[in-house]
Amino acid sequence: MINLLLIVFIISLLYLSIANRMVTYIRILAFQGFILFGVTFLQLQEINTWNLAIIMLETIVFKAIAVPFFLAYLLKRNHITREAEPFLPNFLSLVIVTLIIVITILLANSIKDTHLDKIFFVVALSTLFVGLYIIATRRKIITHVMGYLIIENGVFVLSLAVGNEMPMLVNLGIMLDIFASVLILGVFLNKIGDVFKNVNVDQLDKLKDY
Amino acid sequence: MTLFYLITALLLSVLIYLNRRQILNYVLVTIYAVLQWGFTIYSCYHYKSTELGYFTIDSLGLLLLITLSILSIPAFYHSYLYIKKHNETNQSRSIYFAALVMLLTSISAAYLANHIAVIWIFAELTTLSASALIYHHRNKLALEGTWKYVFICAISITFVFIGILFLSLSLQHAGSDDLSFSNLIANADSLNPFWLRLAFLFIFTGFTAKLGLVPMYTAGIDAKDTAPAPAAAMLSSVLMNMGFVGIFRFYSVVSQTSLHQWANLIILIAAMLSIFVATVYMTKMMNIKRMFAYSSIEHMGLVMLGLAMGGIGYYAAILHIILHSFVKASMFFQFTQLYRVFQSKSIYHVGNYFKYNPAGAIVILIAFISATAMPPSGLFVSEFLIFRSMFEARYIGLLLFVLLMLTIIIWAFGKSIFKILFTPPVGFDESRVPVISPWESLSQYILLAMAFWLGLNPPQAFTELIKDAITILPL
Repeated sequence: MINLLLIVFIISLLYLSIANRMVTYIRILAFQGFILFGVTFLQLQEINTWNLAIIMLETIVFKAIAVPFFLAYLLKRNHITREAEPFLPNFLSLVIVTLIIVITILLANSIKDTHLDKIFFVVALSTLFVGLYIIATRRKIITHVMGYLIIENGVFVLSLAVGNEMPMLVNLGIMLDIFASVLILGVFLNKIGDVFKNVNVDQLDKLKDY
Repeated sequence: MTLFYLITALLLSVLIYLNRRQILNYVLVTIYAVLQWGFTIYSCYHYKSTELGYFTIDSLGLLLLITLSILSIPAFYHSYLYIKKHNETNQSRSIYFAALVMLLTSISAAYLANHIAVIWIFAELTTLSASALIYHHRNKLALEGTWKYVFICAISITFVFIGILFLSLSLQHAGSDDLSFSNLIANADSLNPFWLRLAFLFIFTGFTAKLGLVPMYTAGIDAKDTAPAPAAAMLSSVLMNMGFVGIFRFYSVVSQTSLHQWANLIILIAAMLSIFVATVYMTKMMNIKRMFAYSSIEHMGLVMLGLAMGGIGYYAAILHIILHSFVKASMFFQFTQLYRVFQSKSIYHVGNYFKYNPAGAIVILIAFISATAMPPSGLFVSEFLIFRSMFEARYIGLLLFVLLMLTIIIWAFGKSIFKILFTPPVGFDESRVPVISPWESLSQYILLAMAFWLGLNPPQAFTELIKDAITILPL
């Protein structure tokens, strides 16, 4: 069951690479939040109940509901256009994301380690690289934030892989989540929308080494 | 005491944020300064003790904590001057001081943390508080700088977290789940090298954002450019030291394993690239604050070079990072007065500073001599030791390359500094130059004198502490 959920998670990355509209990105993020909720429930068997409750509450509240809603609110409030405006065509994106996944699978198979659940490793690493890829190839600041949130999801999956042995690390991952959501989304995107009319990275070029 | 310190400092920070009255703000900041010094003195008397399980007052932590406390007093003083001269609102003043108190507290805690996750938590807190300082002016430039800083720091903090996860995988082979440094060192032989390698790569890359080395250095440059100069002084001295602590502590674990040489190679590459990048940008730089910031990148490259070379290089690295903190902080403190005279950050609009503020001009001159490590300065000693360690490690080719780069930096830096000091600026209206009291430069003189003294004639206790900090590393 865990494997099934994680595979669906990977498929959502492929869908992300060809998504055109901003709303689709937000839906994928929310969807990933629900998947992580399920994975947490199934994976963390040995952890104490209260801790598990807190972790699951965080995944459902933050990852699946609050952050996507807030992103949608920001889209509306700042009149951000619906297009994702990638630098590369969608087909190429799909090919690159597929390549990333294939390479991580090959990499994971070359590791001889019995302590590691390989599927977690593959999902985490490919999510990390896809997030970086999204950040590198999209024009809007808000898409960069989404790329970062995707990286966070990947890191969360990795922390679940070691979660039974070291529950503290999962809690740290949650702290990272809350920190990033509060800092990046709460404080700045609001302001950036007010000060910059069109929220593209092209505008962030005043600070330079001239 | 550590718990008391952390809770009181946090409370003070919140109170400063809530109380918008000027007099109350300054009273609370003074209380914090007393608290910081009280904690430092307490730490001196409780050397080598562990508190709350996660904080150990060891040699490196103590040295850097004292450095921070010394720098905090002029930082508050110059911030006070800065706020007063800029006619700030009550709101922006209280946010500024609350963030500064928070920043200094979390850096102090990170110095003393003996657990990699605790360092990581406080590194997060420094990002949070530093971003409030960078955003101080609330204009478009400040927003851009803050955004870039926050985003890059968020990514690098995630990298450190991934590194910690890999480290935990590596530690599972040793059958232990305690991520404190002492336990890691005790289990160094049974750590899995593959995961440890990945962990080192990620943790090193992550902390370079704070330290200011090649992969992630850009965030720090923009931050120091847009933050108010007294805050930038803290960002380019004590905050960089925090990145050093993160890397140094993890490096001391890795150096006990078979990966020691490989880790040295990684550090060496990052250090050489940093020096190269700093050289390239310094030759073209027209923005004074960014020039100072790139000079810090160069010095951090040298520090890491010392760490990678080993032998006497370890000693030189720690000496260099402490001296650099004093010098770079006094440069940024002096910049606030320079800016009040010329109202510009660009070298084009600045010049003939000797005429308008001789006391400040001498500070800039001495700071320049120190920052380029010319012979009478303290940094000459540490830089010379780093070169000696390179010579002893038989890296003659690299040594020549570094010397060439440093010569170019001295030329570029000197060109700009002498323009600031002597060449009259074009079309500058002299009638509006404010009178600046020479006493405002006093703190910079003291800091620079400390850099000279500690380099040329270090007291016994100081060298003992540095030697104790590096005993853990193999020769």
